[in-house]
Amino acid sequence: MREVVEKKVLSENDRLAAALRQRYRDEGILCVNLVSSPGSGKTALLEKTLAAFPKDSAVSVLTGDLQTDNDARRLARYGFPVRQIVTGGTCHLDARMVDRHLNEMGFHGPGILFIENVGNLVCPSSYDLGEAAKIVLLSVTEGEDKPLKYPGIFHRSALMILTKTDLLPHVEFSAELALENARKIHPEIDTIALSSRTGEGVDLWMTWLGVLQQKVQHQTAAAIT
Amino acid sequence: MHEIGIASSILETVDAEARKRPGEKIIAVGLRIGELSSISPDALTFAFEALTRETPWENLKVEIEWCPRRQKCEGCGGEFAVVEFEMACPKCGASRSTCISGTELDIAYLELEESCARS
Repeated sequence: MREVVEKKVLSENDRLAAALRQRYRDEGILCVNLVSSPGSGKTALLEKTLAAFPKDSAVSVLTGDLQTDNDARRLARYGFPVRQIVTGGTCHLDARMVDRHLNEMGFHGPGILFIENVGNLVCPSSYDLGEAAKIVLLSVTEGEDKPLKYPGIFHRSALMILTKTDLLPHVEFSAELALENARKIHPEIDTIALSSRTGEGVDLWMTWLGVLQQKVQHQTAAAIT
Repeated sequence: MHEIGIASSILETVDAEARKRPGEKIIAVGLRIGELSSISPDALTFAFEALTRETPWENLKVEIEWCPRRQKCEGCGGEFAVVEFEMACPKCGASRSTCISGTELDIAYLELEESCARS
């Protein structure tokens, strides 16, 4: 005898993520979730990003890793609140971890919350953290076909950032082919190419963030009035 | 890679559904898994076997329906399956379309043992 259930497998995570999303909206927080393979330059991009904000900006970072607080220590040098989530082996962040750490750090908006996910292109794609946007990084030392190999995360990301473009003269990587592959999976995906080392293209990324922050602030204002 | 966590979330739901039905036996759980869900059916089945071994759920069957990516064309409104990453509508050639299937990660149904009275 068959009984219809119709439930999302991750319904508990989805419920917590919806509560986080509501909280971000109420408090005027722009939350973005950075996802990539290990070593694609998430931390380096965040360093460059934090350095670009005026010192009194309301910016915070949650950074996830299986072990060590190395990334949090790297990022704390820029003077903004940074908290390391050590997952102890779990290959992704989930909404419960984010909620707990936000409460423990006493985080409140308005402002920007950067979440640096665990380096992994597979598992983080399943877990909603209430973010306004998932952002996937692909470095030019990887293969152009990564969007085709890991379609889940490219399908769910609003923006793809090609990183380490200063290395383009030294590697056989076609940025055009990588973009074409990303658009096969997600035709509307935004794309930015940059180098955190030279700073080239970082201004485009800051502009992209600024536009998204404006949208979030309008949503919050619309909810209040 | 995270199939153990997914399998354990599914078992929590099965446990909760079993508590709602005292006296009935759940013999199978039906799942829908999309090709964009980042879940491997083989790894999920393996994780299930490992998690349920020597537990009351040892004989629980897992039935997986694989859901390929499907799009609805914004031009002609037709629906089509995406084959070899070809996103253009095969009917009218429009490039804009909306994803309508392929992201599933759902528990669709439970199979209960038929009671003796009915058999």
